[in-house]
Amino acid sequence: MANDKIILKIRDLVVSFNTESGKIRAVDGVGFELEKGQTLGIVGESGCGKSVTAMSVLRLLPKPSAMIESGSVEYRGRDLLSVPVEEMHSIRGKKISMIFQEPMTALNPVHKIGKQIKEVYQLHFPEMTKNQIKASSIHALDRVGIADAGKILEKYPHMLSGGMRQRVMIAMALAPEPDILIADEPTTALDVTVQAQILELIKELRQKLFMSVILITHDLGVIAENCDYAVVMYAGKIIEKAPVNKLFKNPCHPYTLGLLNSVPSLSIKRKTLLPTIKGMVPSLDNMPGGCRFSTRCPLVKDICRKEVPHEKKMEYEHFAACHLLDSIQET
Amino acid sequence: MNIDDSLVRVIRLKKYFPVYGGFFLRRRGWIYAVDDVSLEIKQGETLGIVGESGCGKTTLGRCIAGLYKPGAGKIVFQGQNISELNSVQLKAVRLKMQMIFQDPFESLNPRHTIGQILKEKYEIHNKILPDMDMEISGLLEKVGLSPDAMAKFPHEFSGGQRQRVGIARAVSLEPAMIVCDEPVSALDVSVQSQILNLLLKLQMEMGLTYVFISHDLSVVKHISDRIAVMYLGRIVEIADAPLIYETPCHPYTNALLSAIPVPVPGNRKKRIILKGEVPSPENPPRGCRFHTRCPFVQEICINEEPVLESVKNAGKNHYVACHFKDEIEFHT
Repeated sequence: MANDKIILKIRDLVVSFNTESGKIRAVDGVGFELEKGQTLGIVGESGCGKSVTAMSVLRLLPKPSAMIESGSVEYRGRDLLSVPVEEMHSIRGKKISMIFQEPMTALNPVHKIGKQIKEVYQLHFPEMTKNQIKASSIHALDRVGIADAGKILEKYPHMLSGGMRQRVMIAMALAPEPDILIADEPTTALDVTVQAQILELIKELRQKLFMSVILITHDLGVIAENCDYAVVMYAGKIIEKAPVNKLFKNPCHPYTLGLLNSVPSLSIKRKTLLPTIKGMVPSLDNMPGGCRFSTRCPLVKDICRKEVPHEKKMEYEHFAACHLLDSIQET
Repeated sequence: MNIDDSLVRVIRLKKYFPVYGGFFLRRRGWIYAVDDVSLEIKQGETLGIVGESGCGKTTLGRCIAGLYKPGAGKIVFQGQNISELNSVQLKAVRLKMQMIFQDPFESLNPRHTIGQILKEKYEIHNKILPDMDMEISGLLEKVGLSPDAMAKFPHEFSGGQRQRVGIARAVSLEPAMIVCDEPVSALDVSVQSQILNLLLKLQMEMGLTYVFISHDLSVVKHISDRIAVMYLGRIVEIADAPLIYETPCHPYTNALLSAIPVPVPGNRKKRIILKGEVPSPENPPRGCRFHTRCPFVQEICINEEPVLESVKNAGKNHYVACHFKDEIEFHT
């Protein structure tokens, strides 16, 4: 694979948190590559470490409780985990931007939208004049489909609806035309019809600005429709990663299979029992030895409880971490 | 309509909430949460109510469960108009209708053990049995929890387990009907299917009637026999569950269905992306409430409000509120 296609490369990332019950590893050996112009989805249930992974890319983890123990995040040949803070300031929000789940808490409630967008330009483009900033702000809002951008600049966040706030957030994140947009559950707090609007908008802008997107979600439907490549996480580890078509057509890991089956879909008869994954995600301070999914896996064997499975290559760009891949493939 | 098999009849229900503001916090207006809704719930069926936030689905559910007093209209439960009852009479009716809430973290008292939480119901209704502990452990087993959960506190459980406690509390005195308000929205996908299965199992065992409120159309489709789609305080379409999905007649239902992301890559239906967002229920649009976002809007929609009527070319019991319900055809 041509190496210049890859814009972000995460390798063996390990993040731990100091808690009352000792040190816990929220992310354990995560690695993936993001290509230029690609949308990569990270999917998993709560507590699987998907947000922590995204936060560590931008070094936004809470200090001092969180610690990146090892690994690297390579962006344009530089390891973001070791660059000086000043350099990080010029990358964060300018080259790599992030939008969050709850647009209400992410916007400052006591400042007008105009002022908050202005800050982005003042920080990253200090040479811009007042008038240039105003024109650019209006352009940024126009781009995300906000009509009457001039008026919105004068409003406070609470005067806008949830969908509008998320649009403003996207406008701010994309104002400096970044290379990478990290979207952490951008539509979870929104209604379905608005969710469809926002996802369509992200897709459109990705093509227009030729950026890469990391989309974090718990919704497999969102992954299937919006991503090129998907990473499935479970309890701090990547258990399967593959191009979206392959992942949905030929899921290899029992967890991915279980997850796909437990969503009520058109193919399942109405009012019949759904296939489930028994039990629940083990808590991070009490992880089973061996494969972390072994406590819930329907196919569990002795080896699963003893040895940690390593990532195996299934096909081109399709990886899974499970001891039983060969037997699953046969059935 | 046949009255015999209906458990609940909602007749022209209205529920408005006052909005206060300005000088001396005077009443500034009303939120028209539920505005003239009529429907019927049959014995043993699951009625799904779907809609986006602010459409009044929770308010409707709470009115049906007797938690809100209706502003106007009637709710007839087992032949009794519950909107006229006083609090003592209502308590007796509540025994028969229970509620499961969305947030399993907030609906359980954090200072009570699970045993106390479940016992409280029996105390309130004067149904204390000599061997309460036996009863409670039986109840816990029924919802898939081990009997030693009794001595534990809610914080010791995960979201899915807490929702099981909420369900145990709801089914404890053998109600006839349970209003489930977004019971699986706060849960992870793998736990969600466990809870849905539990609800289906209990319905089969106990012959329960459910009102299932959710914004997630795929979940509602799976569990419901009939589905009502709400928009800004009104029902825009109500029909048997398969009909809603196969032959939606209201443009809003159609848009709502097309907006669900499907976990099949490439297999994308033509998506209808609605313009704008749901208008505020404080000031709903004149005429058809959906006309500001409808892709098929005509002159008549702006001026006249459509009524909920049966559709010519659809199956029976398929009611739609749209001026062009017989003309528009969707291909899904």
